[in-house]
Amino acid sequence: MTTMIRERTGRSTVKPPNRQGSGWSTALMLSPTLLTLALVVGYPVLAAVRLAFVQVADQVNPQTGMLERTESFGLGNFAGIFTGESGEAFRNAFWNTTLFTVIGVTAEVVLGVAMALVMNRAIRARGLVRVSVLVPWAIPTAISGLLWRWVFESDGIANAVLHTQVVWTADDSTIFGFISAPFTTVLIADIWKTAPFIGLLVLAGLQIIPKEVYEAAKIDRAGTWATFWRITIPLVKPTLVVAVLFRILDALKMFDLPFVLVGAHKHSVETLSTLAQYEMSNVRYGPAAAYSTVLFLYIALIAFLFVKVLGADLIGRGLKESR
Amino acid sequence: MKYRYPALLVAAALALTGCTADPKPVSQPASNALDGVGPITFVTGKDSSGVQQGLLDKWNTEHPDQKVTLVELPAQADGQRQQLIQNAQTKSSSYGVVSLDVVWTAEFAANGWVEELPQSEFPLGQILPSLVAGVKYFDKMYAAPWGGGTALLYYRSDLLTKAGVQPPKTWAELDAACAKVLKLPEAKGVDCYGGQFNKYEGLTVNASEAINSAGGSVVGSDGKPTLNTPEAKEGLNFLVDGFKSGRIPKAAITWDEEAGRRAFQEGKLLFLRNWSYVYTLANKTDGSSKVAGKFGVAPIPGLKGPGKGTIGSNNLAISKYAKNKKTALDFIKWMTSQQTAKQLMVQSAQSPAYTAMYDDPDLVKQYAFMPMLKEGLMNAAPRPAVIKYGDATAAIQEEVSSALTGQKTSEQALSDLQQRLSGIVGK
Repeated sequence: MTTMIRERTGRSTVKPPNRQGSGWSTALMLSPTLLTLALVVGYPVLAAVRLAFVQVADQVNPQTGMLERTESFGLGNFAGIFTGESGEAFRNAFWNTTLFTVIGVTAEVVLGVAMALVMNRAIRARGLVRVSVLVPWAIPTAISGLLWRWVFESDGIANAVLHTQVVWTADDSTIFGFISAPFTTVLIADIWKTAPFIGLLVLAGLQIIPKEVYEAAKIDRAGTWATFWRITIPLVKPTLVVAVLFRILDALKMFDLPFVLVGAHKHSVETLSTLAQYEMSNVRYGPAAAYSTVLFLYIALIAFLFVKVLGADLIGRGLKESR
Repeated sequence: MKYRYPALLVAAALALTGCTADPKPVSQPASNALDGVGPITFVTGKDSSGVQQGLLDKWNTEHPDQKVTLVELPAQADGQRQQLIQNAQTKSSSYGVVSLDVVWTAEFAANGWVEELPQSEFPLGQILPSLVAGVKYFDKMYAAPWGGGTALLYYRSDLLTKAGVQPPKTWAELDAACAKVLKLPEAKGVDCYGGQFNKYEGLTVNASEAINSAGGSVVGSDGKPTLNTPEAKEGLNFLVDGFKSGRIPKAAITWDEEAGRRAFQEGKLLFLRNWSYVYTLANKTDGSSKVAGKFGVAPIPGLKGPGKGTIGSNNLAISKYAKNKKTALDFIKWMTSQQTAKQLMVQSAQSPAYTAMYDDPDLVKQYAFMPMLKEGLMNAAPRPAVIKYGDATAAIQEEVSSALTGQKTSEQALSDLQQRLSGIVGK
């Protein structure tokens, strides 16, 4: 870490280690690892992708009532996703998933950074503050979903505090006349739960910024905002970008929170994972795998774009020469 | 990130090569003999009271060479179904006797996941006809009736007496009773009627109940949906108008069994449609219920007379992939016997399948609702016996919910539902 900081602050010229190695011996030495990865990661993913192309057709035998099943391979499961009624459900879920991610992660970043700044400052009872911030993150999502469901019940705390009569988890109810109420509840619960995650990662980033940089800024009479935008943010950016990427990946596959908090079949909070789960629970593994594959591609695309645009240092390549 | 490309290429290659394969039939298991004696497992939902284990201990002492082990599944029906299906898909022999919800009978039978049972070995004549109907598929019996209940109408007897009103037998009487009772100063803050209207299985139950109680049906005896009738519309309108007129409180659109029970116990509801388990809880005098001793139970009302409740029941079946099926059959016969049924009712209020037991003086003394439940069960109707029940119930919930929330008219919702169910049943 020290080398990286020095490089970024421009005071050192240590080169990153040469990672090329001699190809074959490296491959040989890594082969047990690669084999294990292929077995535990590669195979299940490929098996799931293969499953997405297996089409099952059922027919009830009119004499016995027994199901007769035929299997074939093809693109039918994928075609099914985008057409007709399921196409509508898919577009709705796609929109919800994206919107949850954009709004949720943005709010979490703002709150998380604020939390990190506070925790970095608070000298007294710093440990206590950190622990208490960590509590929402430590609670399993399904449990926090239940907690928030109690809060948002029609005779729950939310209505009592706000002096309203909103039926928060009803699919068609809105608040202020335009935002869907269930969507809002899920968003609140998600931000409550995961802003601390960003907060803690950013805090870790803040703590490795050397004090001298701030002292120098003080001598140069930089104001609070200038210090924040010109020093804190650029120096904490590598950590922040990784934290945000993790959150985006997580938010895109959101399932348990809306499922527990609002319930199944609620269109206003349906996500892409919900659709896969529904197909699976009705013993249609092909379409379920197709939904999962589409979701996988979507997540891969977003992650790829994110890394390209913001340059998250995920694989630990170290700093590039260009920076 | 560049390491992902090969995986995508492989996926694409799979897709291209996969397209050329021919359809091939998947074989069904053939064995049908119920033989083999030895240890088995008994698979059922969470045994929170310990009653099941007590019964198994009794069996195990009597049959030391045919030991039965309890396998507990999640408390929620969805989770149970998921695990049972997974077990069948992997053809695992770890599940022996399984407890099935009545709505799964068709699905499990048609998929060949459970064995056909010999009807002659069960005293079906002594069992409530509506429960017997629930274990049959194509006239064959795939599970043994273990116990079941149906809807009851809970009412505030103190308020009804005060206003001089009888428990309603029809919807019109229910409305009239509300109009009269809710004027009382004691009835301040009390709503008229509640049930289960959240978008989940409870809504399917309540909606088919309303439709059946108006003389209609969701699916006819030939298995075809029958929602394009005036009766079906009249039934659905009982709920739709209820929300419109305020007979049903607005918040009830999110209610399940427990939320409605809480409202009733807090004295905020005059009439509640719910299952028999509420009776004991609402009568608790430890302060958890404000209506203990102040409520009564009646069969649910209908359009022109008593309504037709929906059956909720649990049945016992033998997994196709089980070992020692002779023992499994003997165990089912023992578990569904009159003697065991009475013990289950006394210890955990699991309503028996036997008609005569509802008049058993011991039981009526302990549970005053027994005669009401019998009346309800004699009259009750099953939910549609559809193989793709998961899709059918989702469609019912979807369309009924859109009618209740005013997104669609009842006509529109019913005609859309008719079309969707035809597609689900027809496939």
